[in-house]
Amino acid sequence: MMEKVLFGRYVPADSLLHRMDPRSKLIIIFLYVCIVFLANNPWTYLILAAYTILMAGLSKIAPRFLIAGLKPVLWLVLFTLLLHLFFTKGGEPVVQLGSFAIYEEGIRQGIFISLRFLLLIVVTSLLTLTTTPIEITDGLESLLGPLKKVNFPVHELALMMSISLRFIPTLMQETDKIMKAQMARGVEYTSGPIKDRLKAIVPLLIPLFISSFKRAEELAIAMEARGYRGGVGRTKYRQLNWTFADTGMILLLAAVTLLLIVFRG
Amino acid sequence: MAKQLVALENVTYQYDDQTSPALKKISLEVFEGEWLAIVGHNGSGKSTLAKILNGLQFPQEGNVSVCGHSLSEETVWDIRKQIGMVFQNPDNQFVGTTVQDDVAFGLENAGVPQEAMKTRVKDALHKVKMDSFLDQEPHHLSGGQKQRVAIAGILALRPSIIILDEATSMLDPRGREEVIGTVKELKQQDRITVISITHDLEEAAKADRIIVMNQGQIHRQGSPEEIFQMDEELIGLGLDIPFPVKLGKMLRETGIPLTKQFLSEEELVAELWTSHYKI
Repeated sequence: MMEKVLFGRYVPADSLLHRMDPRSKLIIIFLYVCIVFLANNPWTYLILAAYTILMAGLSKIAPRFLIAGLKPVLWLVLFTLLLHLFFTKGGEPVVQLGSFAIYEEGIRQGIFISLRFLLLIVVTSLLTLTTTPIEITDGLESLLGPLKKVNFPVHELALMMSISLRFIPTLMQETDKIMKAQMARGVEYTSGPIKDRLKAIVPLLIPLFISSFKRAEELAIAMEARGYRGGVGRTKYRQLNWTFADTGMILLLAAVTLLLIVFRG
Repeated sequence: MAKQLVALENVTYQYDDQTSPALKKISLEVFEGEWLAIVGHNGSGKSTLAKILNGLQFPQEGNVSVCGHSLSEETVWDIRKQIGMVFQNPDNQFVGTTVQDDVAFGLENAGVPQEAMKTRVKDALHKVKMDSFLDQEPHHLSGGQKQRVAIAGILALRPSIIILDEATSMLDPRGREEVIGTVKELKQQDRITVISITHDLEEAAKADRIIVMNQGQIHRQGSPEEIFQMDEELIGLGLDIPFPVKLGKMLRETGIPLTKQFLSEEELVAELWTSHYKI
């Protein structure tokens, strides 16, 4: 059951992208999401696509993982494409069927927006494919660090994230166990009318909730016994390492941004 | 006489929602380097006792002192540095996402510098023989392995006392053996004082001294041999006598003379197969 979950799936490999500091990757993603909107003509989209393909190449991740990541959003992309084809008016009509027409601008916009979607998804999935969830957490904690000055609970947030990540598999195993226990008592999850199947979820969720609360309480006691008393005076075992490559990658993105500004119409 | 590490004087503790106290005027001492087992059935107050030792709960009456610190709000963090605790559920005390992160958790809390942490994490994991599992995630480990990681997390902080609070009760026999074996080694090599809270008398038989708790009071204390002579009385207290002791008793009843009481299967077997020569 656990293996089916795609969320935050990390694919280990030895590549430049894997070795990069999670902070630089997060900064790059953030900037990328912004500069995608700069592209508005074929040339700028070409530049963006080239950059994205370069990144995918540098990650040494098999294309099938990227394609698998695209699948769930393909319908959304298709929907956007059709929406633009039918409703965006402008330029010469290409196809005319009575009162219904597909315009040049519709085709243009449809292709551009779908492409924008695809590029965004590829780049963000590159982040989760090359970075372990805990690295992302550490990176976020470090990047949000300055917010501590305005009393934003950065450390607590990061700890919450990492504990959640640590307990996902444990709770999955538990769900599996409760499900089997209920199935042994005659509850059906896989057949019967939808209404009954939905009802069967209740006796699954309630024991899961109760045990999660118990776990949380025990974990809190164990943490306290091990000397946890908040983020103050705490050191970090995992150190982040900003290297020349990280600066280089950010400069590369800056260059791409400049190119986009120059070539956009 | 060994140095006294822990002393409880007339400790009384009552939970808010209960009518009678969980602990009634308990006084006891723990000495450096010993393995003390505290046994008793559910609700005898043994787990409350463990929580008081670590300052997770404060007694309403009486005095607790650990390694020279008298328990109070100010000293509780110093005391927690001296006493490590392994809890019952292996999953609910694993904080880190990987083995090494979990061992480092206590060190991070103590503010140990990063370079020192690296070696201390490795050393601690080496001692519990889990050093080849550095990047393993908890759900890929067995219960016994998780408990050994929990022990490593405590060892990394270099405490003088380890409390095992029913630490083996959720494990299978193999995991139980792993954990008890590890603790035994640590006690011999590093002179760590062990307090094991348990209702498993087989585990308690390995201790140097046993305290039997009943209804919030110390019922009896003594060496394992002395305690197991209580026999029927132990069963009356809701405890089960270890198999070799039971077997020894039955053999004696059927007229087979045994030289003494045997606490482990190995000793009993050795006695039996050599007994013919001694007669």
